[in-house]
Amino acid sequence: MHALRSFFARRVVIAIPYLWLAVFFLAPFLIVLKISFSATAIAMPPYAPVFDGLANLWERVQDLSFDNYVWLTEDALYIKAYLSSVKIALISTVITLLIGYPLALAMARAPDRIRPLLLMAIILPFWTSFLIRVYAWIGILKPEGLLNQLLLSLGVIDQPLTIINTNWAVYIGIVYSYLPFMVLPLYATLEKMDYRLIEAANDLGATPLGAFWKITVPLSVPGILAGSLLVFIPAVGEFVIPDLLGGSDTLMIGRTLWVEFFYNRDWPVASAVAIVLLLLLVVPIVIFQKMQQRASS
Amino acid sequence: MFRALCLVSTLAIVAASGSPAFAQDEEKVVNVYNWSDYIDESILEDFTKETGIKVVYDVYDSNEILETKLLSGGTGYDVVLPSASPFLAREIQAGAMQKLDKSKLPNLSHVWDTIAERVSKYDPDNEYSVNYMWGTTGIGYNVDMINERMPDAPVNSWDMIFDPDVISKFQDCGVYMLDAPTEMIPAALNYLGLDPNSTKPDDIDKAEELLKSVRPYIQKFHSSAYIDSLANGDICMAVGWSGDVFQAIDAEAEGINVKYVIPKEGAQMWFDQMSIPADAPHPDNAHAFINYILRPDVIAKASNYVFYANGNKDSQQYLDEEIIGDPAIYPPKDVMDKLYTVDPYNPKAQRLITRAWTSVKTGQ
Repeated sequence: MHALRSFFARRVVIAIPYLWLAVFFLAPFLIVLKISFSATAIAMPPYAPVFDGLANLWERVQDLSFDNYVWLTEDALYIKAYLSSVKIALISTVITLLIGYPLALAMARAPDRIRPLLLMAIILPFWTSFLIRVYAWIGILKPEGLLNQLLLSLGVIDQPLTIINTNWAVYIGIVYSYLPFMVLPLYATLEKMDYRLIEAANDLGATPLGAFWKITVPLSVPGILAGSLLVFIPAVGEFVIPDLLGGSDTLMIGRTLWVEFFYNRDWPVASAVAIVLLLLLVVPIVIFQKMQQRASS
Repeated sequence: MFRALCLVSTLAIVAASGSPAFAQDEEKVVNVYNWSDYIDESILEDFTKETGIKVVYDVYDSNEILETKLLSGGTGYDVVLPSASPFLAREIQAGAMQKLDKSKLPNLSHVWDTIAERVSKYDPDNEYSVNYMWGTTGIGYNVDMINERMPDAPVNSWDMIFDPDVISKFQDCGVYMLDAPTEMIPAALNYLGLDPNSTKPDDIDKAEELLKSVRPYIQKFHSSAYIDSLANGDICMAVGWSGDVFQAIDAEAEGINVKYVIPKEGAQMWFDQMSIPADAPHPDNAHAFINYILRPDVIAKASNYVFYANGNKDSQQYLDEEIIGDPAIYPPKDVMDKLYTVDPYNPKAQRLITRAWTSVKTGQ
């Protein structure tokens, strides 16, 4: 009896996260998938009914229309938007890594006393709304903004730089916003690293740089991967940063989706864009898992 | 991943919500969903004092957001104020709105027939809506910044925007354009002497070409950012909605002088219409609210506060001189005659125009 009860208890405990995923991820996903097979209509909601009810299931499956997905391939705009999003996200991830790695390393090597303070400094910006922080960058980057005033008064430039409303501003915005997501996993791996390995390398005649490349970097690969994914994946679908900081020629898929959904009221195409985006983002996750499996075996 | 999930689940929630609330005996509440900064709030208090109906007031800042909510259904709102074209016209067609019960709106007698007639293009016989405020899509500019760069600038003409020789002089100080194809393509067609209503592919191509010729001088396409940017002196010119530019003028910083013009070639007219969603929980209270706003002294108070023209003829005697006497708010007859309206697009034309617009914006 006791064993039986604990068997069910375990089942229930496992079922909760699955239920959570089913209700908040799978069900919405299926609804969006369904809409993506529909066509727009001037109605409430603004798409033709598709796949309603379970009667004549097979006929309904045959009725499914892939028109919206075909449309995504026919108009070069979408492919360009996906590629441009991936490019912007990739470049941002690399810059974030270049800035975040030294930060994380310095934090990991800092004296125990001030380490919590440094950690706090990384987390502190989260206490302010993300939207307000992005707005603040408009004030910094605009032609009469703080940055240009500073550079002009220092005599570095004699004409204000045009940064706001360009891709540069988008890179700055993404790198700034996502830096903590890079630093924290890197810090976690670097902090656990056994520092005696570096001492041993030094004793055996390795230069500090040599020891860094041959020991620190390889041991921190899991942190690099985790941090990069945490930056890259949300950056691909980013909407707020390109909308507020980017120029009108900044092409990103999050914006394209917004336009389809709100401006064109084309829920079916917007859904198709979202489904394709989700599938695209699953690829790096699968690669990451493969690499982790290989690392552990 | 998180963002992608957010997008997916937002779409899903919007799609799945529905089921109108059932109307029982109406409680003394009316839920009003209006544009931000669009009413003198003392009007709401006076309404409650007079009728005992409590106003729950909520605001939005774009027609697209309102339309998405209306088309999903079950908003719980009793009075909403979509723009007539193309939004209200489409919402009526989609079945999202209910017909007004004119027997409950005795103050309809004060309505300005000129405006009602123009709106009837979108709301035939004005069956579903009553005008609240109307305005134009013109040019807002910073007087000093323009003067500095081109003392003889043709500020009362679309040449400011559509003539590359003129607009190029203002590239360095910043020009914004509405991110709204249904405003900018008709404006370009009108400037070219074509029918602003045209959806012929040839005409759209010409409009696209014109817009592309000035594209290099446009710093940003956005439908609300220009209010702050004009007010702070961050940009020198924007194509925008009259009311928004007046808001910028109202909020302008020290030493900034912004002006709004209706270009002499003509401009598009917009109308914000009081209407009742099909599934409004308190339709009787909604009618009472609309009827109250239709009172000439009440709507005049609103106009005096927000600096927009209204669609109420009898309210004009109560308007401040700076409102009724401003030709940019209440244009004289000859300018009125040049103002145009645009028919709602069918889905095919809509896609054509959106595609042309994306091509202009991204230069692809």
